[in-house]
Amino acid sequence: MGVPDASGDLSSEMEVDAFRRLFPLRYFERHLSESIRPDARPLGRARDTTLALGAVASAHGSALAKIGSTTMLAAIKMEVMTPSTDSPDEGCIAIDFHMPPICSPIVRPGRPAEVAPVISKQLSDTISSSSMINLKELSLVSGKAAWMAYLDIYCLDADGALLDAALLSAVAAFSHLQIPIVSLNDDGKIVLVSEEDEGAKLEEPVNKEKRKLTLSSIPFSLTCILHKNYILADPTAEEESIMETLVTVVLDSSARLVSFYKPGGSVLAYTSTVQDCVALTRQRVKELQEILDEAISGMEID
Amino acid sequence: METDRDDGRSPSQLRPLSCARNVLCRAHGSASWSQGDTKVLAAVYGPKAGTKKNENPEKACIEVIWKPKTGQIGKLEKEFEMILKRTLQSICILTLNPNTTTSIIVQVVNDDGALLVCAVNAACAALVDAGIPMKHLAVAICCCLAEDGYVILDPTKLEEQKMRGFACLVFPNSVASVLPEGSSHVEGEPMEHGIITSVTHGVMSVEEYLKCLERGRAASAKLSDFLRRSLQSQLPSDSSKAA
Repeated sequence: MGVPDASGDLSSEMEVDAFRRLFPLRYFERHLSESIRPDARPLGRARDTTLALGAVASAHGSALAKIGSTTMLAAIKMEVMTPSTDSPDEGCIAIDFHMPPICSPIVRPGRPAEVAPVISKQLSDTISSSSMINLKELSLVSGKAAWMAYLDIYCLDADGALLDAALLSAVAAFSHLQIPIVSLNDDGKIVLVSEEDEGAKLEEPVNKEKRKLTLSSIPFSLTCILHKNYILADPTAEEESIMETLVTVVLDSSARLVSFYKPGGSVLAYTSTVQDCVALTRQRVKELQEILDEAISGMEID
Repeated sequence: METDRDDGRSPSQLRPLSCARNVLCRAHGSASWSQGDTKVLAAVYGPKAGTKKNENPEKACIEVIWKPKTGQIGKLEKEFEMILKRTLQSICILTLNPNTTTSIIVQVVNDDGALLVCAVNAACAALVDAGIPMKHLAVAICCCLAEDGYVILDPTKLEEQKMRGFACLVFPNSVASVLPEGSSHVEGEPMEHGIITSVTHGVMSVEEYLKCLERGRAASAKLSDFLRRSLQSQLPSDSSKAA
């Protein structure tokens, strides 16, 4: 413990900013011992979260989620496809997560970010295993036509807790999704019914009643940092770079565990830590559910 | 009644394990690890001079390259690479060889379930073979959750697909050396009960996850013994009998 002691002596005669840059871990630990974080949050509190539905007018469903300054833009485009023979009455969801160079100084142009495919995979695993969306609802004509939902999530500002923000924006985009009206034409092909000639068309639209997806058991996640005995909820990018043990817990609205994800890290998680993280996530799920409900009811008034 | 498994194993019975060290002559360290029909080959090159971009020059850098049995690497393999890298980073002593890179190449020979845990075990044995300094070993175990809430260990591919959910867990192995009093226990739990890595799939209740943890810990003790025994046999002729 030679270096921290040396920094302890220096702390009284050094400017705060210099101390923060030279001894980042020591700087954070000093805050943690007072049960506060440098951005004035208590350890277990997540950053302010906002949600705006319908941020992209050209998409069928979209949402902009912000957790602190981490910003995610999610948009869904629906296309008609022929379902596979294995599951003739099921649609399909394709999820892609993009990290363009504007989101963080770590991402360089021309070279894709290392974490982007991993988050993309985690998102599709979480959404499929939580069975939030019944793929049968995406079916149009059994064996002939079904919806393919392309969900693209763009990270505009990567300031920590990427999966949390990405999942929130994905869930919000699905709850905002308006499925376009289609009808069968004389050749047995599916055609889009545009708003103007809706009355003129004689054919009955295939999916007049099925304009919205019913979302059951919505998953919400919370990322925590484990450092010594402290658990820090919803870390910023700075915190993530200094303290490396991350745990992401995903719970659905009925408090079942969808994922407990801890990729390595020098701090070991014991049973008590697991339970503490789950408890923090339970609280967070309630908050996020309220934020989502508020955003949806706000849309309905408009 | 207990769940019957297709291959006649009891729920907490593992498939036959085998571990061979020093199987490749050009690599600095190598190992093959198999659990039943799942087999993974791992090679270690390093420590080599220089770190990759954006890495901390004060610490050793670990790089994992995942080679699937066939085809190109996709998102799944990228995720495995990331999990494996972070897991190995946490067991290696990174400050001993600063500004160096150690590459671990994982080649899947055959996948019959529990692939990730097999890769963790193989990589760990290969690191020992290469003489990379480590804090402790890691043992990985895969637990599956059956429809009726039973936990089965070390599933085959078929079982993985049938089950409601599964959890891949990595624990530290028990340290055999003498430690200062109290340091091997944290909050009343022995160190080998702490989770290094946890990856889960499928929905389960929190209690079911804790049950998986408990069963995984029990099995990890057996795995840890096996790993230690097979690493202690120094000569290549000794270890080759396992293969």
